[in-house]
Amino acid sequence: MTDALLEVAELTVHHGQLCAVDRVSFALEPGETYAIIGANGAGKSTLMRSIVGIHPPTSGRIVLAGEDVTAVPTVERLARGLALVPEGRRLFPSLSVEENLKVGTLRARPGPFDLQRVYELFPWMPERRKQRAARLSGGEQQAVAIGRALVANPRVLLLDELSLGLAPVVVQRIYGILPELLANSVTILLVEQDVSQAMRVAGRVHCLLEGKTTLEGRPAELERADIEAAYFGVRPGPAEPVSQ
Amino acid sequence: MTWFNAILQGILLGGFYALFACGLSLLFGVMGIINLAHGDFAVIAGYVAVVLVPSTHLPMVLGFLVVVPIFALGGYILQRTLFQSALNRGDPLTILLVTFGLSIITENSLLQAFSANGQSINIGSLIADSINPNNVISISDISLVVLIVAVVVLGTLQLVLSRTSIGRMIRAVADDREAAELVGINHRHVFGIAAAIALATVALAGLASGMITEFAPSTGTSNLLFAFEAVVIGGIGSLWGTLVGGIVLGVAQQIGAQINPAYQILAGHVVFLAVLAVRSRGLFAVREAA
Repeated sequence: MTDALLEVAELTVHHGQLCAVDRVSFALEPGETYAIIGANGAGKSTLMRSIVGIHPPTSGRIVLAGEDVTAVPTVERLARGLALVPEGRRLFPSLSVEENLKVGTLRARPGPFDLQRVYELFPWMPERRKQRAARLSGGEQQAVAIGRALVANPRVLLLDELSLGLAPVVVQRIYGILPELLANSVTILLVEQDVSQAMRVAGRVHCLLEGKTTLEGRPAELERADIEAAYFGVRPGPAEPVSQ
Repeated sequence: MTWFNAILQGILLGGFYALFACGLSLLFGVMGIINLAHGDFAVIAGYVAVVLVPSTHLPMVLGFLVVVPIFALGGYILQRTLFQSALNRGDPLTILLVTFGLSIITENSLLQAFSANGQSINIGSLIADSINPNNVISISDISLVVLIVAVVVLGTLQLVLSRTSIGRMIRAVADDREAAELVGINHRHVFGIAAAIALATVALAGLASGMITEFAPSTGTSNLLFAFEAVVIGGIGSLWGTLVGGIVLGVAQQIGAQINPAYQILAGHVVFLAVLAVRSRGLFAVREAA
């Protein structure tokens, strides 16, 4: 646990009276892909927002590379290496593609990613760099959102619902760049409703149900019945192995 | 020719309205603040010039060198304290009430300090100088200067917003405050800078007002109304739209006055309502969602 790059310990987050995340703990090893899965309303996005500092936790700790960042402002967490690609992309619609990427460099750490590197990852982008973000398709916006986070050279990249609202072929293309990120020492924490997608790309998965941890483990070692029980809160028929 | 002159005078007046309105447009476009004290701030600028500039031995026409930096600094401080505190409450009504309160406090404080008598900024013979190509057309030098200043200010603002790093940050924060925070932009600081720019332009407008005509503690409210109309006619979020809005309003008022002097203000309001009815988001609305 001491080698963890990002450690979330006993984190509890409330939305008013509602407990959205309830004493959740996990740790990310450097260079791994870790997936948080769960149904709608399980607390996944709240957990991500809390990790980057947008939504303050009620209790618990967030430790990045051995430093407690629980009380550190969002802007400073980015400078220390935590970048979030938020649910719904959240690009700046009145800014061009290039301007969206440039604002991502404001708190950039030194590292392999810059605008040029992002353009190499997404070869369609240079031609359309002057186009307003509002005029891009959903998949293209997602690519720009990832690029905007990457140019900050994060140590941990948080990806919130990459596949939401996108066609399967676009999702495959977006997820296709993850090996490239891992090869550049980026550790990935992703939130995904699509369980099979999470199982394909993650080294470990963590299931939330109504804010509580219901399952954690390596995809190859988990039974489908256990995942479904953890995901929905009810155990279906006889267990069978998860297809990879 | 008299109608042509009316249009010309309208364009000159429109330059003044546009200068007055651009700060209002910026505050609303970036922070969503409808600053009801906008007109009163301009009146304060006039009084600051009358009180402070003589002690600097600068000619009054260069009063902006003293007043604009004071207002820019004051704008930043006002945003980081009072306005930010109101914005933090998350209710648009709070900030509206705060600016309304500021307006009342300002007007009454000025009344107490300077009385209700009108004052003007003395710019010597410049107030009477004009270009007269014939017997009908007369272009006042100071009005022409104000129009040129308005175009330069709006053009510079447009350049800053579209070409510089701080401009990108201001537009990003205006689009999505939380997403801006996620990419490392301190939105409070950016709000402060936007307010500093807005108050600097208010100071210029207040000085222009004091040079062209008289000002008194109560004149802020009527100027605020015209600034509002210019912003809405032009389209919220568009700086060039604000210039066009100011000119449309000015021309409407001058044509109304040409028909009958009593129709001057009414004609402006009628055109404002007509634009609202036909294009409710103004002539050059720019905002679009991702």
